[in-house]
Amino acid sequence: MIKITFIDSFGEKRTVEAEEGSTVMETAIRNSIPEITAECGGACACATCHVYVDEAFLPLTGGPSPQEEDMLDFAYGTQANSRLSCQIKVTPELDGLVIRTPQRQG
Amino acid sequence: MGESIKTDVVIVGAGPAALFAVFELGLLDIKAHLVDVLPRAGGQCAELYPEKPIYDIPGHPMITGDGIVEKLLAQIEPFHPTFHFEQMVTELEVLSTPEAPAFRVKTDAERTFECRSVIVAAGGGSFQPKKPPIEGIEAYEQKSVFYAVRKMEDFRDKNVVVVGGGDSALDWTLNLQPIAKRLTLVHRRDEFRAAPHSVKAMRDLVSAGKMELRIGQILALSGADGRLAAAQIKSAKGEVSELAVERLVPFFGLTMKLGPVAEWGLNLHENLIPVDTARFETNVPGIFAIGDINHYPGKLKLILCGFHEGALAAQKVYHYVYPEKKLVFQYTTSSTSLQKKLGVA
Repeated sequence: MIKITFIDSFGEKRTVEAEEGSTVMETAIRNSIPEITAECGGACACATCHVYVDEAFLPLTGGPSPQEEDMLDFAYGTQANSRLSCQIKVTPELDGLVIRTPQRQG
Repeated sequence: MGESIKTDVVIVGAGPAALFAVFELGLLDIKAHLVDVLPRAGGQCAELYPEKPIYDIPGHPMITGDGIVEKLLAQIEPFHPTFHFEQMVTELEVLSTPEAPAFRVKTDAERTFECRSVIVAAGGGSFQPKKPPIEGIEAYEQKSVFYAVRKMEDFRDKNVVVVGGGDSALDWTLNLQPIAKRLTLVHRRDEFRAAPHSVKAMRDLVSAGKMELRIGQILALSGADGRLAAAQIKSAKGEVSELAVERLVPFFGLTMKLGPVAEWGLNLHENLIPVDTARFETNVPGIFAIGDINHYPGKLKLILCGFHEGALAAQKVYHYVYPEKKLVFQYTTSSTSLQKKLGVA
């Protein structure tokens, strides 16, 4: 079972189960995780599923693609560990992944 | 204000559902005018995912956002729809009785229409510029902060700061640099989405000392009475510096807002317009809603559903436009009269 922990901007933690092959964004939406909007539905066409990936997991998730970087330009408060959660595929290695959500989406 | 345009139907929006509605209306000899805030047809297909493949359009195993729009435009060509771009329908007034409805529709570009029916095909609402999340930015809007450049003269001899890395940001950097007192482009990284030639032109200006490029994000603004004085900028390394600003032009992309649709007396359900599933008519007779903006039990926000909804709505619109005539259902495969309208018979 793959588990992902979402920590919102108030510090509240929610740990949910994720399905292999789905995305972190889909996992968040299915579990009603706050602070993720996903306006475009996962097309990498907006920046409303912006999240911060816990540093420990960055080597596993990798960085954003060039197209994703373009979209991150529209996100607020981006950091070096910023990603669009619709572009992170859930794999068994990501079990235990910790994701922080920003105070505000675009 | 000009003369009002008399037409059968005004369609609010020009996305795929709106475009196909033109086809279904056209087969029934109903003329349509379309109004959209974007500068071109296609709605979300054109604005959000022009190059993305779509796999669930019947008969097209794969087609891009731009591809489907191009084909729809070709398909409705015989019906000569009139497009009114870069404007928003702001007012919708009911002029007569529910039995023989008539409407007056106004846009924010001072255009007025009089029509028998209105089809709201506004998708997720109208695209509007996103505001950067800077506290108190509203206080400076339209005096010092502009999300679009309408009058270049407002920028002459001012300290101008443009924010963003796309074509709009780079185009306005290049256009405003010659007239600004000083121009600074602020972008969160040293890479740009904009066309390479404008990025090169910008970099040449930076090398020549004619403008400045700052890599970072704007943290806070300061000023008084709606007039900006300075912006705090945080670099990628976390250093904060201050920059004198009189005009700030942020380009953070577009977002969808329901906008004036909410004020037309239509019932709303969570920002969507409830319709009946036989005619896709709203609670106001003569006003229809199709595509992503409507709601009914079982609704799916799929392009193909928007097509179906437009076809059924057109049948009812016919009765409003031609109350004395009887509608005979015909197929494009066999009807010579339909084929004549399509210019193929």
